[in-house]
Amino acid sequence: MYAIAFYTLAAFILGFAVLVVSTKDTVHSVLFLVLDFLFVAALYVLMGAPFLGVIQVLVYAGGIVVLYLFVVMLVNLKRPPEAHQDPHRRTKLGFGLAAAVLLELGVIAGYGMTRPGPALVVPGVVGPMAGNTEQVGWLLYTSYLIPFEIASMLLLVAMIGAIVLAKREL
Amino acid sequence: MIDQFVIPLLKIVVVLNATLVGVTYMVLLERKVIAWAQSRLGPMRVGPYGVLQPVADAIKLMIKEDITPVRADKWVFTVAPIISMVPALIVYAVIPFGPTIHLFGRPVSLFIADVNVGLLYIVSVASVGVYGIILAGYASNSKYPLLASLRASAQLISYEVAVTLTLVSVILMAGTLSMVGIVNAQYNSRLWFAFVQPVAFVIFFIGGLAETNRAPFDLPEAEQELTGGFHTEYSGMRFALFFLAEYANMIVVSSVATTLFFGGWLRPFPNIAFLHFLDIVPSWAWFLIKSFVFLYIFVWVRATLPRYRYDQLMRLGWKMLIPLAIANLVVTGIIKVLLS
Repeated sequence: MYAIAFYTLAAFILGFAVLVVSTKDTVHSVLFLVLDFLFVAALYVLMGAPFLGVIQVLVYAGGIVVLYLFVVMLVNLKRPPEAHQDPHRRTKLGFGLAAAVLLELGVIAGYGMTRPGPALVVPGVVGPMAGNTEQVGWLLYTSYLIPFEIASMLLLVAMIGAIVLAKREL
Repeated sequence: MIDQFVIPLLKIVVVLNATLVGVTYMVLLERKVIAWAQSRLGPMRVGPYGVLQPVADAIKLMIKEDITPVRADKWVFTVAPIISMVPALIVYAVIPFGPTIHLFGRPVSLFIADVNVGLLYIVSVASVGVYGIILAGYASNSKYPLLASLRASAQLISYEVAVTLTLVSVILMAGTLSMVGIVNAQYNSRLWFAFVQPVAFVIFFIGGLAETNRAPFDLPEAEQELTGGFHTEYSGMRFALFFLAEYANMIVVSSVATTLFFGGWLRPFPNIAFLHFLDIVPSWAWFLIKSFVFLYIFVWVRATLPRYRYDQLMRLGWKMLIPLAIANLVVTGIIKVLLS
C-alpha cells in the first residue's frame, strides 16, 4: 500500500518535472512546477512529515512560484523560443554541463549504494516532545543550530542585496 | 468501517453543502443589508421579501451562455475558476465546528480532521488560492483583467505576511498548531484570545478584509478603473465560481477568526458554572452565531467605508500592519517567557 502510493507519487513528480522543461509556453511550465511542488508535499505527508509538507506548499507552491509567475507574465514571452535564438549559443557547453551534473548524480547514487548510511526514516521520538512540528523545532534549535543560523543570515544578506539593487539612492 | 469511511464522508457532504448554501444566502444578506443601509428595500420580487432570490440567481447563471474569448489561453482560462474555488472549500477540512459529541450512541467529532498542523494547513491552502486570480487575469488575454490580477495578487501577498505574523502570536499563546488544540487552550486559560491579543485580532481582521478583496480594499474590482476586475472576460457559471469563491473565503476568514480569537464552539464564559443555562444552545450553534457576526461586519464595512487608493493600501500593509504585527509578536514572546 505504502509502496504503491510512493511510486505513484514519484511517477507524477517526475512526469511533471519533464513537462516543466519540455512545455513551450512559459506560463504553462510554471504551472507544472506548482503541480510538481504539490505532489512533493504529498510525498512528505506520506512519509510522516506533515509539517514539512505544509511548509513546502506554503513557501514554494504558494510563495516563490507566485513571484516566478509575476515575472513571466510581465515579460513578453509570446514569441516562440526559436524566434530569438542567439546565433552564438553554445550548445556544446550545455551538453557538457548536463553531462557533468548527470555524472555527479551517478557518483552520489553509487556512493549511496555501496556504503549504507544511517536509516532514512528517523525512528521514534527526537527530543523531549512528541509531535512532528515540535521535533522539527527541537532539531533545528539543537543539532542544526549553526546551519540554521547561517541560512537565515544568507536570506538576510539576499534581502539587503535586493534593496540595494532596487534603490539607486538610499 | 463506519467510523473510518461512512461518517467522514457524511461530514464532508454536510459541510460542503452547508457552505455552498451559506454562500448563496450570503449574497442575499449582502444585498439586503446594503439596501437597508442605503434606505432601499433590496430584492423583494422572488419569494416573500426576496428569500428565493439566490435560487433564481443560480438558475440564471447556470443557463447563461458560457463564452471563452478567442484569443484566450483556453486551458488556463478553464482551470482558473476551479483553482480559486477549490482552496476555499478544502480549508473546511480542519475547521472545528464543535467538540466530540455522542450521536445515536456513537462518538462523533464535529470536525472533519484534527491534524496537528491545522493552522499552517489553512495558511498554505489559502496561499495557493492566489493562482486562481493571477491565472484568470493572464489567460483572459485582455488588459483590464491582467492589471486587476496583478493588483489582487500583490495585495494578497502583502497582507498574507501581516496575517501570518499575527497567527504566530496566537500559536505562541496556545502552544499548538491544531485548531481543536487552540480552542481547548482558550478554554483552559479562561479567556478568549481576542482579549489577550487585541492587536493581533485587529490586524487579522483588516488583513482578512484585504485577502478576500472586500471593501474597503476591493481595488481589484474597482469598476471605474478596471471595468469588472480580473473576471471581466468570464461569463455564466465560471463567473459564478469566482463569485462563490470570494464569498466562501469570507466565510473561511470568519470561521478562522471565531476559532482563533473568539473561542470557537465555546459558549461565553465557559468556565463559570453560574452561566450553565447557556449550554442549552449547542456548541455548533455558538460557532455559527459568532461566525455570522463576522460576516455581518464584512457587509457592514462594505456599506460604510469608501475604497482605499492603491498606494494607501500598500502603505497601510507594509508600513503599519507588518511592523505592528512584528512588535506584537516580540511583546507576546517576552511576556510569555516572563510569566512562565
